[in-house]
Amino acid sequence: MAQHSFFGYRRENGRVGIRNHVVILPLDDLSNASAEAVANNIKGTLALPHAYGRLQFCEDLELHFRTLIGTGSNPNVAACVVIGIEPSWTGRVVEGIAKTGKPVAGFSIEGHGDINTIAAASRKAQEFVQWASEKQRESCSIKELFVSTKCGESDTTSGLASCPTVGNLIDKLDPLGATTCFGETSELTGAEIVCARRAATPEVRERFMQVFNAYQEVIDRHKTSDLSESQPTKGNIAGGLTTIEEKAFGNLQKIGRKTKFIDVLKPAESPAKGPGLYYMDTSSAAAECVTLQAAAGFVVHLFPTGQGNVIGNPIEPVIKLTANPKTARTMSEHIDLDISGILRREMSLDEAGDRLIDIMIRTCNGRLTCAEALGHREFVMTKLYQSA
Amino acid sequence: MATDFIVHDKADTVGVVVVEDVQPGKEVTGWIMETDETIRFKSLEAVPLGHKIALRDLKVGDTVLKYGHDVGRIVSDVGKGRHVHVHNLKTKRW
Repeated sequence: MAQHSFFGYRRENGRVGIRNHVVILPLDDLSNASAEAVANNIKGTLALPHAYGRLQFCEDLELHFRTLIGTGSNPNVAACVVIGIEPSWTGRVVEGIAKTGKPVAGFSIEGHGDINTIAAASRKAQEFVQWASEKQRESCSIKELFVSTKCGESDTTSGLASCPTVGNLIDKLDPLGATTCFGETSELTGAEIVCARRAATPEVRERFMQVFNAYQEVIDRHKTSDLSESQPTKGNIAGGLTTIEEKAFGNLQKIGRKTKFIDVLKPAESPAKGPGLYYMDTSSAAAECVTLQAAAGFVVHLFPTGQGNVIGNPIEPVIKLTANPKTARTMSEHIDLDISGILRREMSLDEAGDRLIDIMIRTCNGRLTCAEALGHREFVMTKLYQSA
Repeated sequence: MATDFIVHDKADTVGVVVVEDVQPGKEVTGWIMETDETIRFKSLEAVPLGHKIALRDLKVGDTVLKYGHDVGRIVSDVGKGRHVHVHNLKTKRW
């Protein structure tokens, strides 16, 4: 049995992170230039540029704030500088992050210009990064670990081996009190009834079906074809996956054989029912999904791939595993764990699950993932509809 | 015996090729994971790694089973040992 404690950073609110980032967070597209300038000035900080934040409204705006506040609040972030075009919405994000007790400061550009804003924000960022650099890791329990999962560029080897390996890990960690999360609403199409049976209560099952049906309505409203080449993707099809139903049953292997999900989360919503498996309503696009899970407070991500998705996330390390021997051979710099031995019947699923726990714990202790080493920092906000 | 393809459930009508060299006429060996059974037959077509091979003759309108579940419908007849993919299998959704 693999090791079940790890060394993490305990934050002011008691939550545990596995990275110690100082984030420079732009509120909106207009503030990307300043945020990137600050991150360039102050070494060891990390800017998270993105495309949105102007004229969004109602549910879409709430999701924007929830994603930004959640990102800054993630325990992998030690401290955060927020930069926005104007002070009011900037302040809203600062106040949201401040509830964690971590150091956070906001700067706005109107009336100051980029150069003065960058100077002031850089001084604060320097203070934060030097403060954060003295933080020490301490021994933490698996009960304090928040683990998310999502698969990408899947092929049939994903459903045969790499997704079931994540499922094996979930089945092993669930009784130990870990908090885990899966999503990908559209990629449950065809397997939704089987997924719904895994809800812990009839109420959770009903909410899952409501969320699932609402997403189907979005697809029905916009589709002009059977979505072939979008879902499954061209990569999925090259890898042998033919239909969305086939892809969905492979995807669902990630939640294991027995673990029940205890709640349905909105995109980027933090779990509030204690340890257990959570389902989050997300897009199935990799970077969008992982960004939402990171914003909900998940600190380490397990990503099975078949054909070789190369995704990373700036604040939540993404561990990639594949069972496709060709991908493991031709894209080895992206693969943290090669479990292709399962297909050759040289490795059992149970052994693969233990190996995944082992690489996850090592990553939690500080080992850089392939995506981190290669500089993959895909930070992609989910947008629900057009801006006003 | 090397495994050329893997079948999730006993009820499945397709298996997944897990080697890079399934050519027409090759005697292929499959492993049914659910029951740990071994099956053998002759492939009639090249089937790439990760792609599906028909475990029985499939007719237009047939439901294809994988993981023991419905994963779509046959739109062009497929013989046992042939390649099952987008040219003969379609989604029932969307």
